[in-house]
Amino acid sequence: MSLAKRIIPCLDVDNGRVVKGVKFVDIRDAGDPVEVARRYDREGADEITFLDITATHDNRDTIVHVVEQVASEVFIPLTVGGGIRKLEDIRCMLNAGADKVGINSAAVFNPEFVKQAAEKFGSQCIVVAIDAKKVSVAGEPDRWEIFTHGGRKETGIDAIDWAKKMVDYGAGEILLTSMDRDGTKIGFDLELTRAISEAVSVPVIASGGVGNLAHLAAGVKEGKADAVLAASIFHFAEYSVQEAKEYMQNEGIEVRLT
Amino acid sequence: MSSVAVIDYGMGNLHSIAKALQHASPEVDVRVVSDKQSILAADRVVFPGVGAIRDCMHALQAAELTEVIAQVAQSKPLLGVCLGMQALLSNSEENGGIDCLNLIPGQVIHFEKDRLDKQGQRLKIPHMGWNKVQQHRHPLWQNIAQESHFYFVHSYFAQPDESSAIAATSDYPEAFTCAIAKDNVFAVQFHPEKSQTVGLQLLKNFLHWDGQC
Repeated sequence: MSLAKRIIPCLDVDNGRVVKGVKFVDIRDAGDPVEVARRYDREGADEITFLDITATHDNRDTIVHVVEQVASEVFIPLTVGGGIRKLEDIRCMLNAGADKVGINSAAVFNPEFVKQAAEKFGSQCIVVAIDAKKVSVAGEPDRWEIFTHGGRKETGIDAIDWAKKMVDYGAGEILLTSMDRDGTKIGFDLELTRAISEAVSVPVIASGGVGNLAHLAAGVKEGKADAVLAASIFHFAEYSVQEAKEYMQNEGIEVRLT
Repeated sequence: MSSVAVIDYGMGNLHSIAKALQHASPEVDVRVVSDKQSILAADRVVFPGVGAIRDCMHALQAAELTEVIAQVAQSKPLLGVCLGMQALLSNSEENGGIDCLNLIPGQVIHFEKDRLDKQGQRLKIPHMGWNKVQQHRHPLWQNIAQESHFYFVHSYFAQPDESSAIAATSDYPEAFTCAIAKDNVFAVQFHPEKSQTVGLQLLKNFLHWDGQC
């Protein structure tokens, strides 16, 4: 087996700047997205994900320009998520140079949208982003549900059922974020990751909670993730992508070292 | 100045491949074109494609390009990428069985479902991500290290009838053909335009290739 496990730095972009909220407190500025993307590419990132968190619709064009600029000089897969609600949004991002789009809330409000998107553009570019939170209490078997609005709004939908349904509808990949862990730096929810990864036939990207390199390796080894996504540990240069890969390789994980 | 035509027949976004070709060799005139004359006028031709094979063959027929591609395959360096590789074979299992261009005899088949890897984990389909490529001797691998990783996204792969047409293999978990070559035709299942340095090198090699093996 020589398919490498992927390391995907994620850039939260607000009004054209990379930001990272640390557990809902301060939003730290981490720089110009094009420069940051360039650095990750040099360090050997396997893909780059942009999450547009710009609240106002007027400023949505900003992310398109960022993607255009990055795509003209960085030749690895690029994913864009945040605010993808219509087929036109997908076309716009793909035309700007994105290879995949992440669909989150729009999938929950209208699952058919995922089907239409996969039919129109192909499953290979449709990533369904799932925000899940543990709802079982101690003593009960583990159970997770889907939340929207950044983890604030519950939907009552079971996360495993939802992931399977999204794959049936044409999702080519699942980006799984634990809302319990996001921003905490205490590691992925490994039980959640493994449960979803074993339930679906498509690749699963683990997200939410990475604070050190051991967390990344655990996501692959224990969480059975096909790829691991992290933001803040890379933004503030705590670790380089290269270091992360060397660490994973030492843990016996197949990675692409450049 | 030499020129390369990227065939636009409505199957997928050509932004990346055109940008990558230009980046690989700034001195080459890169044109995204859809008409027969422009394709035949170029020194080299890239035949890309993503999506399903039925749509791909329909789009080629609608654009009256099947003959043009056959003509290019006889006359000048041609690079097929992803679906553009699969379309060169005789037929594909996808969409219940579709006849393809038959320029390189062979079939396109689906990865077997529910295969396990060495750790007993189920292999994911599509085969997505960076995988090592074992090169067979060919000028397009110049300056690319053996076993370099390239970026793949696909569920079907080509199986040429003649092993002499195999230009590279990859493992998932068993070896499958990920590049084919015949005379002036070279085609890859992975995406050189998304495979960073090694991908750009392959494109550069193609843009300087005279079509000889």
